[in-house]
Amino acid sequence: MASRKPRILIRGGRVIDPANHLDAEVEVAVAAGRIAGVGEAVPDDFKPELEIDARGLVVCPGLVELAAHLREPGHENKATIASETRAAAAGGITTLCCPPTTDPIIDTPAVVELIRQRAERAGHARVVTLGALTQGLAGEHLTEMAALKEAGCRGVSNAQSPILHTAVVRRAFEYAATFDLTVFIHPEEYWLANGGVAHEGAVATRLGLPGIPAAAETAAVARDLALIEHTGVRAHFCRLTHSRSVQMIARAQYDGVPVTADAAIPYLYFTELDIADFDSQFHVYPPLRTQRDREGLRAGLARGTLSALCSDHQPHEADAKLNPFPATEPGISGLDTLLPLALRLVEDRLLTLPEIIERLTAGPARILGLFEQGTGTLNPGAAADITVFDPEATWRIDPASLLSQGHNTPFMGWEVKGRVMHTLLGGRRVFER
Amino acid sequence: MSSTNLQVDDQGRLRHFLTIEGLSHSILTEILDTAESFAGVTSRQVKKVPLLRGKTIVNLFFEASTRTRTTFELAAKRLSADVLNINIDASSAVKGETLLDTLRNLEAMHVDMFVVRHADSGAAHFFARHVAPHISVLNAGDGRHAHPTQAMLDMFTIRRVKGPDFGRLRVAIVGDVMHSRVARSQIHALNTLNTGEVRIVAPKTLVPVDAESLGVRVYHDLEAGIRDVDVIIMLRLQRERMQGAMLPSEHEYFRLFGLTEQRLAVADPDVTVMHPGPINRGVEMDSQVADGPRSVILEQVTHGIAVRMAVMSMTMRAHGEAEAKDRH
Repeated sequence: MASRKPRILIRGGRVIDPANHLDAEVEVAVAAGRIAGVGEAVPDDFKPELEIDARGLVVCPGLVELAAHLREPGHENKATIASETRAAAAGGITTLCCPPTTDPIIDTPAVVELIRQRAERAGHARVVTLGALTQGLAGEHLTEMAALKEAGCRGVSNAQSPILHTAVVRRAFEYAATFDLTVFIHPEEYWLANGGVAHEGAVATRLGLPGIPAAAETAAVARDLALIEHTGVRAHFCRLTHSRSVQMIARAQYDGVPVTADAAIPYLYFTELDIADFDSQFHVYPPLRTQRDREGLRAGLARGTLSALCSDHQPHEADAKLNPFPATEPGISGLDTLLPLALRLVEDRLLTLPEIIERLTAGPARILGLFEQGTGTLNPGAAADITVFDPEATWRIDPASLLSQGHNTPFMGWEVKGRVMHTLLGGRRVFER
Repeated sequence: MSSTNLQVDDQGRLRHFLTIEGLSHSILTEILDTAESFAGVTSRQVKKVPLLRGKTIVNLFFEASTRTRTTFELAAKRLSADVLNINIDASSAVKGETLLDTLRNLEAMHVDMFVVRHADSGAAHFFARHVAPHISVLNAGDGRHAHPTQAMLDMFTIRRVKGPDFGRLRVAIVGDVMHSRVARSQIHALNTLNTGEVRIVAPKTLVPVDAESLGVRVYHDLEAGIRDVDVIIMLRLQRERMQGAMLPSEHEYFRLFGLTEQRLAVADPDVTVMHPGPINRGVEMDSQVADGPRSVILEQVTHGIAVRMAVMSMTMRAHGEAEAKDRH
């Protein structure tokens, strides 16, 4: 297998490793699938079998995607582990986190094992999983969280399924805390959101679409923060959409509550106004909110209250979007476009290049508890998951440029900048342009 | 493609009729004028004109309806079109084919126009986006979004009673605006026709968020809301609203928002009272008002036929001319 994990020297590139505060033109050496050295730490006698000429390119840790619905097992008509991890590799993503919403749901170790095996067989990217917080995500009985953790789950989540009984939420948090598991929360007050498909505001009023008030999110954030403080569980808030929620998380972090939060790409670019033509490609859940919320999320990402940026990848078959707006399935396919759309925030002067790379690598790796083993970094000895991209290359998002089986994206037709040239996974080349 | 482009062709003619929003004052006036020319037909001995002879119109109703479907059917028949009524209840739609498959199957039968009612907002837009280019789509009500022919028959009724100058009128829409596609279309129509003042009157639970952005003044008190108005449009109150904790009881609703002869006294002495039907007597208004001299509720129904004839003939004409041009 040595030939599949050759000694590699990446030369001439701008190496950005936020975890090590590195931003310099240095060399990166890879041997036996691991980082052998960066810059001066590259051994003098290092004899590469392969050199990657990275002049004009950026070299950074492989990206970590916090939310990738891979659709397998159970929804292979939408996508498969093989198809989506291949798209990930082409997008510079080396680690993906799969939520428990597969069919069967990830509420037993067997499903965790199945996904791991299929991902390993495909070999394009690492796939980690979140286990279900309650059996069948039904919100009633706790899962065997200790067993899920032993099987490899990086945390537990009830995804977007409601837990109606608040005492069950409390017990689930307590039980997760027993095993030092992070709970991943999609904050939504079920009864306030019930049946809605759009942000409750001027656009939903005009289109006659059932609305979801912003309070559906903030009420849940407030309740869950109280229960997090009460139970001492470590928690991560997924896909915030409302600027007020960001303020509440910032306040809790300031007070020392162990909480993190992330933002997803669509919410940084679009608002309720974008659904004004019933365009189902903009149908996401939770809904796109106001311009003020979009700015609040952007500011939260820049300040670090939101310590990770994800694509919230939800591939669909074409039919899923071919219906009247409320009847379409929500979600956007995002792995192919995560990097360029994140880099656009640098052009918008929201963050620096090292900062945005941090939100795509070390940030999410910390949330998943993978940072300590070197994921999201170029630490010496860490698995050599490396992305090399051309920050200036422009390309057009069109069906031919997307590797994900899901072509459902409202970014279709956009001209973007930033193209992945090489992706290394554990020292193996899994993508090369 | 914006809604305007979707329903109006590059000559500015109506191709589909999906929503009032985005349509010009001149198109709305043309609809009213054309309806006026058809109004005579419906009262003649021979109630038919041959404008749409040989055309096939499909009434595709995914939601129950008597009045709207019947008047669309009569309108089509008076234009000499062939009419096919298809009622698909939600349960059978769930069982089988997708909406797009239903559409494709009907298209294969060489129809010329779909009249669509569906419980989802945006359904008519969806049909218009996906039908073959020679087919027109008329929205007979989609979710809470729009019911443009109902709004236009109401405008037609107002114009007949009050004259063509909407600028001097105050109009109050009373009731469940939140869930009402009729109200949304009426508000757009009234504002496009430059109505002097449009008000809505309802408790906060039945007023949609940011309602003012639609171009209305919001009142929560019936007497303040109908003071000095020239037209009052009452909306139907669905019984479900009590279950959804929108209202405590029909009794309290009627006490606060029900229209009675006594309350009408604060409106303009010549006030006209309208209702899209069907009326809940004793909930939205008492019978004395519904059957009284100010009520034009039955005229609204009659006018529905002429207005629907107008819209059908206008959209088919736009398509007919486009086809004729293609042949040259």
